[in-house]
Amino acid sequence: MVAVVPGTTGKASPPAVTQRRSRTGYLLLFPGLAWLGVFFAIPFVTLFFTSLQQDVPGKSGKYTAGLQFSNYSEALAEYWPQFLRSFIYAGIATLLALMIAYPLAYFIAFRAGRWRSLMLVLVIAPSFASFLLRTYAWRTILSDEGPITSTLDALHLLPDGRVLNTGIAVVAGLTYNFLPFMILPLYAALEKIDPRLIEAASDLYASPQTAFRKVTWPLSMPGVVAGTLLTFIPAAGDYINAELLGSTKDRMIGNVIQTNFIEFRDYPTASALSFVLMAAILVLVFTYIRRAGTEDLV
Amino acid sequence: MRWLRKNIIGIIAILVLIYLFIPIAIIIVLSFNKPEGKFNISWNEFSLDAWTNLCGVPGVCSSFVTSIQIGLVSTLIATLLGSMIAFGLVRYRFRGRSTTNLLIFLPMATPEVVMGASLLALFLNLRFPLGMGTVMVAHIMFIISFVVVTVKARLQGLDPRLEEAARDLYASPRATFRYVTFPLVLPGILGAALLGFSLSFDDFIISFFNAGTLVTFPIFIWGAAQRGIPVQVNALASLVFIIALLIVLGAQYANHRRRRALEAPLPSPVLVDRMSRS
Repeated sequence: MVAVVPGTTGKASPPAVTQRRSRTGYLLLFPGLAWLGVFFAIPFVTLFFTSLQQDVPGKSGKYTAGLQFSNYSEALAEYWPQFLRSFIYAGIATLLALMIAYPLAYFIAFRAGRWRSLMLVLVIAPSFASFLLRTYAWRTILSDEGPITSTLDALHLLPDGRVLNTGIAVVAGLTYNFLPFMILPLYAALEKIDPRLIEAASDLYASPQTAFRKVTWPLSMPGVVAGTLLTFIPAAGDYINAELLGSTKDRMIGNVIQTNFIEFRDYPTASALSFVLMAAILVLVFTYIRRAGTEDLV
Repeated sequence: MRWLRKNIIGIIAILVLIYLFIPIAIIIVLSFNKPEGKFNISWNEFSLDAWTNLCGVPGVCSSFVTSIQIGLVSTLIATLLGSMIAFGLVRYRFRGRSTTNLLIFLPMATPEVVMGASLLALFLNLRFPLGMGTVMVAHIMFIISFVVVTVKARLQGLDPRLEEAARDLYASPRATFRYVTFPLVLPGILGAALLGFSLSFDDFIISFFNAGTLVTFPIFIWGAAQRGIPVQVNALASLVFIIALLIVLGAQYANHRRRRALEAPLPSPVLVDRMSRS
């Protein structure tokens, strides 16, 4: 901040720049929003109609337009275990990510001092290496001869005697891969907290634990909710971790959608499953919006 | 013991950072490996083969180049469209604000598999041939939102007094934009472009759905995973990682120096002078 003018605060929010209403605004918004409309919103309509297509009698693998709602019940009857598994794996991974991310986000926000921006770069940096290779690297870390597996096995913590190609490996991969999506929103929320509020709590004889429970944690709630959403959603839809780290018994709903769409070419089933997954996620998003409004989304 | 209690959060924070980098370390170490058998997952013998012969495996380099081409074109278009939206959102009032916010947010909250599948459903219904074009269309679609968020944050963080000062000095709206607003927002736009490129370059799921027979770098890795990933892939990925890290650290350093220069106590005439000269 340059030369602080008396009577104004240093930070410039909310924007003091007056918002104009003119045609320029619409012209700026139109091309990008049109792109999103045509290639993001409209595809959901085609996805919906594809999910209702009928089989052509006598020709397997051919479909025509129809209103076959039984596609949904059949797809869910067959694949509900993968759906359930996706939500359980993603749920555990999100919880673990929250526990791992919170101390780091807290440290960066309150204690890092001049190392703050460097630490933020280090949080993002792993994403510069290929997602697939990072996931694949967990095959090395969790390999049957590796130190992690042998330690856990010596403690009799592993029912199968191994980590790789089990659900544990898939959850470990999901937790690792989506961790930055938890750290960054948590940091953004913690960074907004005025440290004087926490000081005030301890001045009023709150123990550090009480101050955290009654002041820091509630104030960081927007970050917790946003981070949970941003971690859970991609984790629930992911199939790379299940494919590279799990066995066929650990398949998630993303694997099912991918194989049905690309390998079996069973478009109605794959579309119906995609639609149900999206609906479940929209419920989560709208619950969040009812709490927080749309202005802080973007 | 007291020392430990006082610094426990710092210790955990550093352990978490180390945890984030363990797979990276493995990728880099294994790029110097001479694997025993076809799977490059455990250490065998030091070798520079992959680094001296980066394109030594058929298809590696062509897929790498394909990904760079897709990344550059998609980033360019998405950065332009996204920055325009960000300016529109911050500087203009318009109808349908919450729908707009939602349309920008949802692509970031939709699982990639759903976006990939729905876009493929569209292309199949239109009988649109799959290939580089469809992958670029898909990438532009999912990058736009990230550009909007990044550039919008930068625009909202601008000190409005800088633009007011320009106007007070009789700068036209166009001159204010060109000499004050745009240079101040540019780091945000460049950051958004870097983010967009890295998202595009690394995208697997959406690309796989819409690529047809086209092979991008992640699609090459996916195909190779079943029969053993060539060491060259590790070398190229390490290279990308190091280059990206250097770019970001360089930008951080430049930003740090500029901020230190700005934070020095300056009388306001100097600011005016800076603005009239730039």
